[in-house]
This record gives sequence, structure tokens and C-alpha cells, in this order.
Amino acid sequence: MRAKRTGALAALALVGVAAAAVAWAALAPITVASRDELFAIPQGTWARRMAGDKVEILPATIRLTLGVNDVLLLRNLDDVPQVFGPALIMPGQSFRLPFEAASTYSFACTAHASGQLQVVVDPMPEPGWPTLRWRLRRWLR
Amino acid sequence: MPRAIAALCLAACVFAVVAVAAFAAGAAPPLKAGSFEPPRAAPDFVLAGSDGGALQLSKLHGKVVLMSFGYTHCPAVCPTTLATLAEARRSLGKDAGAVQVVFVTVDPERDDVATMRQYVAAFDPSFLGATGKPEALAAVRRSYGVVARKVPLGDGYGVDHSSSIFLIDREGRLRAQMPFGRDARDFAHDVRLLLAS
Repeated sequence: MRAKRTGALAALALVGVAAAAVAWAALAPITVASRDELFAIPQGTWARRMAGDKVEILPATIRLTLGVNDVLLLRNLDDVPQVFGPALIMPGQSFRLPFEAASTYSFACTAHASGQLQVVVDPMPEPGWPTLRWRLRRWLR
Repeated sequence: MPRAIAALCLAACVFAVVAVAAFAAGAAPPLKAGSFEPPRAAPDFVLAGSDGGALQLSKLHGKVVLMSFGYTHCPAVCPTTLATLAEARRSLGKDAGAVQVVFVTVDPERDDVATMRQYVAAFDPSFLGATGKPEALAAVRRSYGVVARKVPLGDGYGVDHSSSIFLIDREGRLRAQMPFGRDARDFAHDVRLLLAS
């Protein structure tokens, strides 16, 4: 009898903790240490490409969120200049592009077969379901 | 003794406030455009200027240069860009004189010196157009990572081209690249920062 009650209490506590976690995930403000979304060209990429390796570093579509990760940071760690997204970046150089409006941006980009790079900037999610969905997507990534 | 502690706390608070203020004053506010770190020297070139002379980029040292690539038959992007740059320049007041807009053609077939002169002057008489031989223009585009591709358009052709605007500081360093579609206020903001730096 006592074991049954203890089990029920534990289950109840578990449900309570889960509910609190969901409430926190849905309502707590989103805070981040850095708003940079970094993509880097590793050293040796050019050599690998020359050897016939199809290296994809930048996705064709990049998703950012205003106020969270709304700065696209592209870094060239290779030994040769690279057209990376919208910019020609020298070896050791970075290109930092901030976004201030939610929208879809298209850039000419020779690194992609389509010749285009899309950056989708979403607005900061509202508290509640949008924030919860945003956190879930982030955790699953 | 409690007085001494209170005085110490007060001094610490004053020091913290001063330190934070000094740090804030020292840190340059970020550009609205995409910025290069570290910046490199803007690749130099000599092309035919719309003013009838040779346009050498390095001769513009001392001014902030806003440079875009396009063509006079462009249906939307180039007129929008040049109108935005004209508005930005106007909004700078007395600082406008320290800014030079350069428009480099990607369509030398149709954009000769006279056509460029007439076109850029329609936006702002101070704007400079640049044209030249196809291979010279292609070399300039390569050095800035600009792409341009002829495409069929109606009975003639158009040119798909990169639409970013390059921001070059007074020392001739390529500092930033503004994506197409940004507001004149963003340009004015960044030009003021470059003039102040």
C-alpha cells in the first residue's frame, strides 16, 4: 500500500517537474551568450575541392532569429581567398553581417550550385507556444 | 569603522561606473553593413570615369567611397541603389562632401562614358560612373567577388549581378559590404562611423 502511494507521489512529482520545465521553456525569455551564427571554411578546403571533393560548408538556406542569432559570421580559415556567401573573404579574414529586420534575403553565391544563398530571418518568438517551439527546434538541432 | 566601509563601497561604485562608461565610450558601435575583420586594402583599379577622366580608386583616398556594380539598363536594383545612396548623401549635410559614390558598369557593351555620365547625374551630380574594356571590368569584379551574368530579357538582354554596395574608408580600406535593400539611414549611419574612425 505504502509502495503504491510512494509510486503515485513520485509520478506526480515527475509530472510536476515536467510541467514546470515546459512552462519555463515556453515563458522564460530567450537569452544567448553570443548572437553570432558562425560558419567557417576550414583550412585545406580549396585543396580538397581541387582534388574533386564536393565540400559543402554553407547550407543553401540559413535560418536566423532576430535578437537571438541575428549576426551571420563567416570566417575563412583556408589559405586562399574564398567567395563565401555574399562576400569575397581573404584568408584569415571574417565577414560579420548583422540583420535588423525579419525577412528573407537572397545573395548571389558562387559556392552553391543554384548560385544563390538564402538567409531567412525570423522574428523573435513570442512567449508561449512560439518560444517553446523555438527551444524544441534548437534542442533537436 | 562603518563610515570607512561605506566610503570604500562608494568609491568602488564610482570606480565601476567610470570604468563602464569609459569602456562604452571606447567601444566603437557596430556598422549596419557586413564588416570585414581585419579590413584589407580595397583593390585598386583605373577605369574610364563618367567625368571624362581616368577614374583611379586610390585617388579617392581621403573620402569614404560607396561603390556599387550595375548597369544603366537595370530595371530595378541599380536605380533603387543609386536613389538610396543619393538620399543617404543628402542626409549627411556638410559631411556629404567627404563621400564619393562610384557606380561601376557590368555592361560595357551599352554603357559608354556618355551614357554613364547622363545616368549617374540623374541621381546626384557628384556621382561617378566607371566603364572600360570588358576584361578590365571583369578583373575589377573578380577582385571584389562580384558576379555578373548576361541573361535574355525581352528582345535584348539583362545582366544578373551582385547587388551589394562596398564601403571603403578614407584610408582606402575595404571595410564593409551593405546588402541590397537597406535604408538610406543605414548608409548614413555607417558613413558617419567611417568618417569618425
